[in-house]
Amino acid sequence: MTIVSIERPDLVASPHSRLTSRFAGWVGFFLAAGLTAFFASKVPVVAAGETLRWTVDWVPTLGYQLSFYVDGLSLLFALLISGIGAFIFLYTPVYLSAYRHASRLVVVLILFMISMLGLVMADDMIALFVFWELTTITSYILIGFDHDNAKARRCALQALLVTGAGGLVMLAGFVLLGSAAGTFQLSELKAQGFHLAEHAAYLPILILILIGAFTKSAQIPFHFWLPNAMAAPTPISAYLHSATMVKGGVYLMARMHPVLGGTPEWAWILTIIGAATAVVASVLALRQTDLKLALAYTTVMALGTLTMFLGAEAGVAIAAAVTFLLVHALYKCALFLVVGIIDHGTGTRDAPRLGGLARAMPITTAAAAAAALSMAGFPPFLGFIGKELKYEGALAIASEPGLAITAAVAANAMMVAVAAIVGLRPFFARPVATPKVPHEAPFRMWIGPVTLAALGLFFGLVPPLVANGLVQPAVASVLGAPQVVKLALWHGINLPLLLSVVTLLLGVLVYVRHLQIRDSLAAFEARLPTDTDRVYDLSIDALKDLAAWQTRLIQSGVLRRYLFVVFAVVVLAVGGTLLMKDGLRLPQAWPDVPLPVWGMTALVLAGAVLTVLAKSRLLAICALGSVGFGVALIFLMYGAPDVAMTQLLVEILFVIIIAIVLLRLPRFGKRTAGLGASRWQDGVLAVGTGLVTTALMLAATRGPIDREITAYFEANSATEAYGRNIVNVILVDFRALDTLGEILVVAVAAFAVVGLVKLRQRRWRAS
Amino acid sequence: METVLAILVGSLVAATVFLMLSRNIVKFLFGLVLLGNAANLLIFAAGRLTYARPGLIPDGAAAPLGDVANALPQAMVLTAIVIGFGLTAFAFALVYRAYQELGTTDTDEMRVAEPPLDASQLDTPAQDRRAA
Repeated sequence: MTIVSIERPDLVASPHSRLTSRFAGWVGFFLAAGLTAFFASKVPVVAAGETLRWTVDWVPTLGYQLSFYVDGLSLLFALLISGIGAFIFLYTPVYLSAYRHASRLVVVLILFMISMLGLVMADDMIALFVFWELTTITSYILIGFDHDNAKARRCALQALLVTGAGGLVMLAGFVLLGSAAGTFQLSELKAQGFHLAEHAAYLPILILILIGAFTKSAQIPFHFWLPNAMAAPTPISAYLHSATMVKGGVYLMARMHPVLGGTPEWAWILTIIGAATAVVASVLALRQTDLKLALAYTTVMALGTLTMFLGAEAGVAIAAAVTFLLVHALYKCALFLVVGIIDHGTGTRDAPRLGGLARAMPITTAAAAAAALSMAGFPPFLGFIGKELKYEGALAIASEPGLAITAAVAANAMMVAVAAIVGLRPFFARPVATPKVPHEAPFRMWIGPVTLAALGLFFGLVPPLVANGLVQPAVASVLGAPQVVKLALWHGINLPLLLSVVTLLLGVLVYVRHLQIRDSLAAFEARLPTDTDRVYDLSIDALKDLAAWQTRLIQSGVLRRYLFVVFAVVVLAVGGTLLMKDGLRLPQAWPDVPLPVWGMTALVLAGAVLTVLAKSRLLAICALGSVGFGVALIFLMYGAPDVAMTQLLVEILFVIIIAIVLLRLPRFGKRTAGLGASRWQDGVLAVGTGLVTTALMLAATRGPIDREITAYFEANSATEAYGRNIVNVILVDFRALDTLGEILVVAVAAFAVVGLVKLRQRRWRAS
Repeated sequence: METVLAILVGSLVAATVFLMLSRNIVKFLFGLVLLGNAANLLIFAAGRLTYARPGLIPDGAAAPLGDVANALPQAMVLTAIVIGFGLTAFAFALVYRAYQELGTTDTDEMRVAEPPLDASQLDTPAQDRRAA
């Protein structure tokens, strides 16, 4: 997304919107800076081996607590999230000053930062999941900020679906893990040690949780969403893809390391997926001409490397992962912000159209060069220490050192080349005419990259500062045991140093030939039949087709079909239950029924049969009336005169209303009376429903009845309510409120009828 | 005694289902009326039947003398009859209006809010429908 692409006046900022976005930016900045200071003040405490925790009862009845827990690992992440966040909040309002809705973006960014902090500090797995999904949802809004653009919408939805689905899978893993271990608290899980590896559900738990981590951290085959997420404004990409969102999966794997790690399954899955991701992504990075996309692929590569190292048990491999995490966050964020400055200052970020910017942008050039050198792993930057440690760690990976070393060298060599393409070439190559005359960025934009790049150099010069304060406590929490980590620039002449030299040489070679390599990669890519992004599209289309197909199948819009299914389910469910619970029993003796009741029963039956068979509307109305009349007389004979009277009155009204309506409706057609093939089916179902109803009623009336409530009414009608007709007293006294409700229902029905009939065909005639 | 009513209610329900599965919406309404009667009888009988002894308290007595009909289901059925009346009246008005708007009482042809029906989804050939 480039600033110049704005053509719609309604999206251009007004003075007022500029003011609000600046204000929101400052709110975010002070929040992030304050949090950074707070977390930084906790570094000595946590480095001493303590953990901080805060607990709030969340769902006490279910035993869920909202507890936050800060150990070395959480603190490292929290510092990165809030520290880098502060610079992002300075940068974003300036970068997006031309956009009307920049303040919205900043507000969502604040929410995202808080969710991310919650994610890395939550002690409860359910809370972790909630924060995890909150980052997914907020990132959806952030990536889709340019929502007039169909591509941005698609990419945002893709990120949401991929990471959201992964999150759900992960939740299943959490629930399994929680029930297997008996606790949802990560701190308690860690204290339990390795007992889970022998649990029967270990492998399902492992796979489910890793799918969550892999989708979030863009591991193969879920890597495609991350480069697409570059549809976001550049500072958002810088934030999401350097230190936060995509590192969520890495955090989860590091957090689960003491609980699920240490098994061959863990080691193999993480090493192979991580190595494959790192190598594939570094090749794809080289293929890009868009600087931002190149950076996106190196992010995928970095995530693969981190995954690979987290598969290991050795302390040095974990130390390599943690150090690289820090190194990567610093240089990657700086470079993303630099790309944003280039884009902002020149109007393009396409590599072939850039060159010779060093003169116009001296400060940015310095920051970019420093970050790129750290990325490439030159001494004395922290990147060099990180790379040495990576080689040492790769050698220590027990499962597959050869694979790890090869992957690490290949990926690092590509990183050298990409660092040169992104961080050096635009500034030092032969000058090229750019869409806009290049100019230096304002202070609030360059301060972030400069500080982050300078930190990469500073930490490299004083490695014990990072080693003791940040890396060592984090490694200790990943391994679940105290660990001594020593970082130094010079380790003597050894295999890692040798590998470093090889890497640099390879990297320079690749850079020199990168244009040819890019062309041949593009040619190769063009010949590939498909890629995972296409597979995603196909599966989304298939899902939509499936939904459409099953909607057509289930919701035919044919009333008879719905009713058929409903009645069939009633027959099967009620009949089946009666059969299984042994509820089917025929009455023993022929009932002793007075003659008038037989007469009324016959009347009702005859009416029902006649209603079904009637070919004329008038006959049907008469038959219906006789049913109602017969039922009223049955009520009367069994001691319910009030009910009978009501029924008679209602029946008279019925007949009048039905007659009025039916006279305006057409006569029954021929075929409605006939018995087609489907009517035989209907008949069978009708008889079945009737039989089930009879059986149910026989079962229900078989045993004795509890007349406790009736007894209360009988005892109190005269004494309490001064009425001698118990039914009347119930209606107007004991349950008077129910009767009021009933009156209300009838009144509403009456209004509705009047409304319906009065509402003439106005609307249809108008259209 | 409940046995007879059980059979009667079953018969009414059978008639209801058959009517409701008809394509004519008016027959559906007849089914609705029958179903209301069946449900009322069911509730009534579930409270057990007492022949010709209504739940009345004679003058001077504090409670009914001897066994009288169960008043509780009677009260419920009374409410149900009235509400059922409201429901049926409303349903008839709806059908009337639907006929005014759509010009048909065939539920299969009331498809204003539905996608057009596939030929394969129909039970009867299109010619038959036109003839009806």
